Amino acid sequence: FAEFDDAANLLAANPNATTISIDEPAEIPKNKHGRLQQSGREEDDELLGTDDSDKTELLAGQKKSAPFWTFEYYQTFFDVDTYQVLDRIKGSVFPVPGKNFVRLYIRSNPDLYGPFWICATLVFAIAVSGNLSNFFIHLGKPTYHYVPEFRKVSIAATTIYAYAWLVPLALWGFLMWRNSKVMNIVSYSFLEIVCVYGYSLFIYIPTAILWIIPQKVVRWVLVMFSLCLSGSVLVMTFWPAVRDDNRRIALATVGTIVLLHALLAVGCLAYFFDVPEPDFPAPIIPAHNGTTVITK
Amino acid sequence: FAGLSDVSISEDIPVEGEITVPVGSHSPDEDYSTLDEPVRDTIMRDLKAVGKKFVHVMYPKKSSALLRDWDLWGPLVLCVSLALMLQGGSADSKEDGGPQFAEVFVIIWFGAVVITLNSKLLGGTISFFQSLCVLGYCVMPLTVAMLVCRLVLLAGSGTVSFIVRLIVVIAMFGWSTLASTAFLADSQPPNRKALVVYPIFLFYFVISWMILTFTPQ
Repeated sequence: FAEFDDAANLLAANPNATTISIDEPAEIPKNKHGRLQQSGREEDDELLGTDDSDKTELLAGQKKSAPFWTFEYYQTFFDVDTYQVLDRIKGSVFPVPGKNFVRLYIRSNPDLYGPFWICATLVFAIAVSGNLSNFFIHLGKPTYHYVPEFRKVSIAATTIYAYAWLVPLALWGFLMWRNSKVMNIVSYSFLEIVCVYGYSLFIYIPTAILWIIPQKVVRWVLVMFSLCLSGSVLVMTFWPAVRDDNRRIALATVGTIVLLHALLAVGCLAYFFDVPEPDFPAPIIPAHNGTTVITK
Repeated sequence: FAGLSDVSISEDIPVEGEITVPVGSHSPDEDYSTLDEPVRDTIMRDLKAVGKKFVHVMYPKKSSALLRDWDLWGPLVLCVSLALMLQGGSADSKEDGGPQFAEVFVIIWFGAVVITLNSKLLGGTISFFQSLCVLGYCVMPLTVAMLVCRLVLLAGSGTVSFIVRLIVVIAMFGWSTLASTAFLADSQPPNRKALVVYPIFLFYFVISWMILTFTPQ
């Protein structure tokens, strides 16, 4: 590991230098720990705004040099190993305060594997969990006949894929527009925004499975909890990008991001999961002829 | 071209070889003669190839026969029969019933295409149609599960039948996933195997879910 010593010496001599490491696929297992150590020192620089976004764009340009009609161009978006995907998922579930998800985990290697398959899993998790929860809620009733509700799969797929692709598109366009007006903003490429949104949806998968529990309080606590976790990932990613802008626009942007995320969660809960029966004891109402009738 | 006339072959180097081209001895069938054979032979050859692949799926060991001579007849037959058996549920009258025929068809074929593209994008070395062939043939245990489920549902639809169906579907789901992983795992780069296996798991899980939630009218 001679190269780590060189890099450490250089960095010790000039602590403010931002170090760039170009990914080489053959050396990834060897260099993994070294690069994460270097990234720890880089984070403070980058969060302060001395960004390497232009260097990031250069690196991105160097990587994706194949023309867009060849298969190799799209292979560059799937250049991730298993441990990298697992690290990114871990980073989205346990957000470290102060650390930027894009800088820490994506590091100019955005992938489309995570967003696509997390969305696919979420679609089926919501549809299956909704179906199961409705089955358990209506189980005892004599008039209930179980239906698989297969239509809801296509509705869930449309909603989630639209959210995971159109909202990043709108946000990217908005950030590009603000970037042209106010200089010195940390800027993300479209794929990095799609990546952040895709990985931030991961926490909703266990949430959807736990929504099978037919208790209103439990469901809303789950909504709040998952919204805080994934919302904080999004906020910590996009706050440095709008911080230098007009105060009200920055707050409105971050507020809209969180609001749309909350709308997705609440909308899925309301549409796919029937309201559970209330669990307070049934009131006793006296009937006309004197006998008491218990209604539910 | 003056120099060429000086080329002389020395007398002690023997010049030998075969002038005749070997007639297709490396391929099992000789192309120019299948035109004259009876139609029965042609059909039986293809049927035997399909049957051999079904046997390979039933006892999955790493053999390259499934990969080398791919065909899509088996997947088509399996997909159509599975989609037909999933009809006749509570789908026909109400809005939110089970999947329609076209939905099952699209899920199986589109799902197989997406998984194949995924494995190729991640750097797999398998060809497109070979992967479609393997994924399609490995739907066979789930088709058997569907048949068993329909037979069990004829007997009754209480809790006991549900438990029986659950066990059968889970067993066949595991079989399908293991069989397709046994065939496809070798062609993937080693540090991305889990990334390729997970979508296959999801694909067979969705098909198993459709089979398990089938309720007759």
